[in-house]
Amino acid sequence: MADRISLQVARYRPERDAEPTTQSYEIPLRKDWAVLDGLNYIKDELDGTLSYRWSCRMGICGSCGMTVNGEPKLTCATFLTDYAPGPVRVEPLRNFPVVRDLVVDIDDFMEKLSVVQPWIIRHDEEPPDGEYLQTPAELADYKQYSMCINCMLCYSACPIYGLNEHFLGPAAIALAQRYNLDSRDEGAADRMEALASQTGVWDCTYVGECSVACPKGVDPAGAIQRYKLTAATATLKSFLLPRGGR
Amino acid sequence: MSAPTQLPRADRPVRAYRRRMPLLWWLGRRSYLLFVAREVSSIFVAWFVVYLLLLVWAVSRGEAAYRRFLDWSANPFVIALNVVALLFVLLHAVTWFNLAPAAMAVKVRGRRVPPLLIAAAHFGAWAVVSAAVAWIVLG
Repeated sequence: MADRISLQVARYRPERDAEPTTQSYEIPLRKDWAVLDGLNYIKDELDGTLSYRWSCRMGICGSCGMTVNGEPKLTCATFLTDYAPGPVRVEPLRNFPVVRDLVVDIDDFMEKLSVVQPWIIRHDEEPPDGEYLQTPAELADYKQYSMCINCMLCYSACPIYGLNEHFLGPAAIALAQRYNLDSRDEGAADRMEALASQTGVWDCTYVGECSVACPKGVDPAGAIQRYKLTAATATLKSFLLPRGGR
Repeated sequence: MSAPTQLPRADRPVRAYRRRMPLLWWLGRRSYLLFVAREVSSIFVAWFVVYLLLLVWAVSRGEAAYRRFLDWSANPFVIALNVVALLFVLLHAVTWFNLAPAAMAVKVRGRRVPPLLIAAAHFGAWAVVSAAVAWIVLG
């Protein structure tokens, strides 16, 4: 195994660049180094001007999502040795505006997240003194969707979002389902307007790449298809049943 | 009193770079190509509906019109169009049934029915209906 590898890193400095350029760095190739370790090496030893987001280094915080050799990846969980002998192309997440180097503007996602009200909604009571009780089977109904770490790799993989920034997008819909399917939640009707709209689930045409990109096995594409059935059933009921099936 | 200090860089408006999707983005990945092919397949589904309506219309106008329709259908161009349309409609149907297990979370006695079984049930029902139609038309 060679002891060095080349990282070709996208650079964008808005005060001087009209568009991103590529800068190449030679870094040590170590067996236990992820792409993020390579970027940290560049930042510490070679070029302190490189900007990127990161935090936990263990696939929990969702900060270090970037495009590695064309694929959306968590750079803390993507090992350099898998790309040897290199070079490895590191670019910012696609489908988001680039603020600087590898840092993207995530405001759009943050706004969409709040639209689906990703918290437990209760209408009828004061919060209990203790916990809301739940069986393991009830937990299993939504647990998969609760694994989302908001890393936005799914948005980066989604061509629909790339073509139409109004699309609510994979993670926001999966997180809405995380609460809709929670036995403690009563907010499904509150979320329906955003989810069942044209820019909600119906913009999705099931490319499926969001679920391929997801590092946590959330399967947002599945969550969206499932909600399509829910929305279509609700619409049908509202036509056919007295009082809209409520 | 000293002059007001210049704002730090972070407080100035940021000129973010927006990368446009290239025109041929859908050629770069097999799943994207399949997705676009499936979108295009809707046109051929619509064509089969039109073709069926033309057939019904011809039948309703009597035997001579029906014969003319059959002659027109035997035209190599129409045959080629229908073969291509059939391939796209098959793609449409297969991808639709493959999607079914993702959309349907069926529970029987508290247990989730395996996705493969849901897909198999859909393909099975499709085969039965197709066989019934073939039996009516050819039998």
